[in-house]
Amino acid sequence: MFHIILFFFFGAICMAGAINLLVQSHPINSALSLITVMAALAGEYLLLGAEFVAAVQVIVYAGAVMVLFVITIMLLNAGKEEHTKGSRVAILIGVPGVLIAAVLVTWTLVSRGQTGSVAIGALPGSPQEIARLLFHEFLLPFEVTSVLILIAIMGAVVLASRPEAIAHHPAKADQPDSAPSKRKDAPQLVASGVGSGKER
Amino acid sequence: MSITTFVIISLIKSIAVIFVLLTAVAYSVWLERKVSAHIQNRWGPTRVGPFGLLQPLADGVKFIFKEDLTQPHVYKPLYIAAPMIAMVFAITSISVIPFGNYVDFGPWGTYLQITDLNIGLLVVLGITSMGVYGVALAGWASNNKYSLLGGLRASAQMISYEVSLGLSLVGVLIIAGSLSLRDIVDAQRHLHWNILFQPVAFFIYLISAYAETNRTPFDLPEAESELVAGYHTEYSAMKFAMFFMAEYANMVTVACLATLLFFGGWLGPVFGPPILQAILPVIWFCLKVFFFMFLYVWVRWTLPRFRYDQLMAFGWKFLLPLAIANIVVTALIVAWRA
Repeated sequence: MFHIILFFFFGAICMAGAINLLVQSHPINSALSLITVMAALAGEYLLLGAEFVAAVQVIVYAGAVMVLFVITIMLLNAGKEEHTKGSRVAILIGVPGVLIAAVLVTWTLVSRGQTGSVAIGALPGSPQEIARLLFHEFLLPFEVTSVLILIAIMGAVVLASRPEAIAHHPAKADQPDSAPSKRKDAPQLVASGVGSGKER
Repeated sequence: MSITTFVIISLIKSIAVIFVLLTAVAYSVWLERKVSAHIQNRWGPTRVGPFGLLQPLADGVKFIFKEDLTQPHVYKPLYIAAPMIAMVFAITSISVIPFGNYVDFGPWGTYLQITDLNIGLLVVLGITSMGVYGVALAGWASNNKYSLLGGLRASAQMISYEVSLGLSLVGVLIIAGSLSLRDIVDAQRHLHWNILFQPVAFFIYLISAYAETNRTPFDLPEAESELVAGYHTEYSAMKFAMFFMAEYANMVTVACLATLLFFGGWLGPVFGPPILQAILPVIWFCLKVFFFMFLYVWVRWTLPRFRYDQLMAFGWKFLLPLAIANIVVTALIVAWRA
């Protein structure tokens, strides 16, 4: 009984955060709503008995990914959203479309979703169990995922670096103050100030 | 143990621990002022009570009566929320820290810990990673370029050093085999303290923790001579006191974790009648935590400050590879001995 109350409590916070994310016009408020969504999801994982996943959700999602979002919003001095004119076609097709999709999903879940509920502790959730699964049965997906993340890191480094540093344009070769002398620059974090011009 | 007994005991433990923590935070300010004074060949607070021991009380009264200015140009909701966020996350992590053994009062026996989660260490890491928001949002909400720079620097520094902090603790986990803080201390019985087995990890942990709590030599975010006062420039009276307390509470948490993970927690010579046997482990724990707080202050007043790019380079290019190498070596040795 208590279980169900907590489920709806965390679910309500999650939904409220998600709707607030869409409704707010300033990106920092949207980011904060997303943080509450992540925290509520961690609560839901705890209710399922997956304590390790809940802890990692807080550490990685709410504590690292969202901090990067907030840092980016602060650094780029993102202002309030501008409201462009709404498109009438989008409203004519979109609103009935969403209603139809919602009805379909609800009907499917209600008619075929009688699977019962899961008791806490029925599924393996302890760190030891997860480690065993991750390093014995699912070792190949684990290693492939790490290679994928490595590719993403390399892509980010390439995208974020200056074009002169990797492209060796002949036109820029005779500028004395291009990349090599600026190698020891302080990180862009300090140099760019409050979203002022990006000089190349 | 019935549910009411459990609730009453937990309530008593929580209140006692919070009271002790807040007093420890206040008196760590006194410790800092006295130790820094003696390092600089002067006296520090001596007038308010014997040895200046009532100085924190006087400071508390001052903070309560000081005018709480709220500038018109700040973003009010986050301006008010940021110190609360910092404070809440700084105090919450004490809930999984064990400071003694099982005390046996018959049906009222209990472990000296508010709660023993089997993922205790991850909970502490998660709470410290959420504590970054207090700093970042304070810098943002103050609507002031010095605070913004301080807040950005602080959050970037904190998330960079969180990585090597977490990785340095993996070596300890490999040895102990569990994430529960009580189990990690129990694995250090009979003088098998982890400092002997994981000295490199201790070194990495201590440096990363100093950077996490924004203490010298990594205190560029609040560098008084560079950024006015960094992210807490626009704060006065009670809100500033909350940031202050949050910083010292984080220091206490780091000191507690260092003793639990590397120095055997509450383990030490235990003798005498049962009442003494229950109290001695707590005394050993407190002595070790006090040593780490003293070390914090000592390092602050001995070393100069890192420049920001030196700080980031050190975290990413030195500590992170060292932490990974430590994990690899530890895992190899443990697997070879098994």
